[in-house]
Amino acid sequence: MPEETVVVVERAFTDAQFWIICAGLAVGSFALRFGFLALMGGRTMPEAVLRHLRYTAVAILPALVTPLVIWPAATDGVFSLPHLAAGAMTVIAGYVTRSALGGILGGIVTLYLVQYL
Amino acid sequence: MSSSTSFSDFLRGARDSIPFILVVGPFGAVFGVVAAGSGLNLFQIMVYTGSIFAGAAQLTSLGLLQEQAPTIIALLSGLAVNLRMGMYSASLTPYMGDAPLWKRAIAAYLMVDQSYALSLARFERDRDMPMPNRYAYFFGTAAVIAPLWCAATLVGALVGVQIPDSWNLDFIVPIAFLSLVAPMLRTPAHRIAALTAGLVSLPAAFLPYNLGLIVAGALGMIVGARVELSLRRKGSWTDA
Repeated sequence: MPEETVVVVERAFTDAQFWIICAGLAVGSFALRFGFLALMGGRTMPEAVLRHLRYTAVAILPALVTPLVIWPAATDGVFSLPHLAAGAMTVIAGYVTRSALGGILGGIVTLYLVQYL
Repeated sequence: MSSSTSFSDFLRGARDSIPFILVVGPFGAVFGVVAAGSGLNLFQIMVYTGSIFAGAAQLTSLGLLQEQAPTIIALLSGLAVNLRMGMYSASLTPYMGDAPLWKRAIAAYLMVDQSYALSLARFERDRDMPMPNRYAYFFGTAAVIAPLWCAATLVGALVGVQIPDSWNLDFIVPIAFLSLVAPMLRTPAHRIAALTAGLVSLPAAFLPYNLGLIVAGALGMIVGARVELSLRRKGSWTDA
């Protein structure tokens, strides 16, 4: 196995900066997660709102990852065929098998196959 | 409400989460590696991961801090990445809103992409599920994902510096999220919403403060809702 160890870099920030981020993100994330559940509770929402909310997962998740597939972090943002193929195969396999496990296996197998062939 | 049924829903939630061990484990390890590499000590890493409990936001803010971005920008970018949790919360409210406040608070703390997406898919399939059973299912998914996330972060932080880049471990993140979405693409409206959000996210990635995620996501939701409405009007809508 080649020794491509990650070099431990110098800290580019102070402890105070870190703790501000940590507290801010912890409180802010909980507020975001709890806000709607806490305030809306058992009240019924208008059908137009519900109709939009039905597409939350299928819109937000692709918006989050498509840039990571097209400009992978591993290549410093340079387009890479193995990454695109693995991303596409995750979707195809997950869709065809109707299961997350199918998608995960399809993606991982493709990533390593295309990389080492 | 029979507790045995609730318990079987808890187990079902846990069982449905098992495939995600394959991706949440490496994702947590990747975060542990990055965090250790950026010079945080073990205590800081575990407080960070346990209190924020959102890998993508944790990676975003830490990355920006490491690039010497202003503290406020690193914080706001992390929160922008987590704005989606607000949408998840809204999306689960019709199914989980009618419960004691403390129960909603615990569920909110444990809300991650996997627990949200698995639970939503389950609730949409089985609309008559009683409220306690919905919570049992949700907590079942969290019972697998949450400890695994923390343990994987710990392992990554302890052994992280020895993982070779060529393993491409960080690509486990897109694979994890795409595998959540793919089985949910069951109607034309869902497929077009996903396609729209994915395509818009590319130009939107150049927006400041990671706002592209919310812009692309919101557009996808609007387009999905539009498609559903027009299919309903044509009488060709076939989803619950």
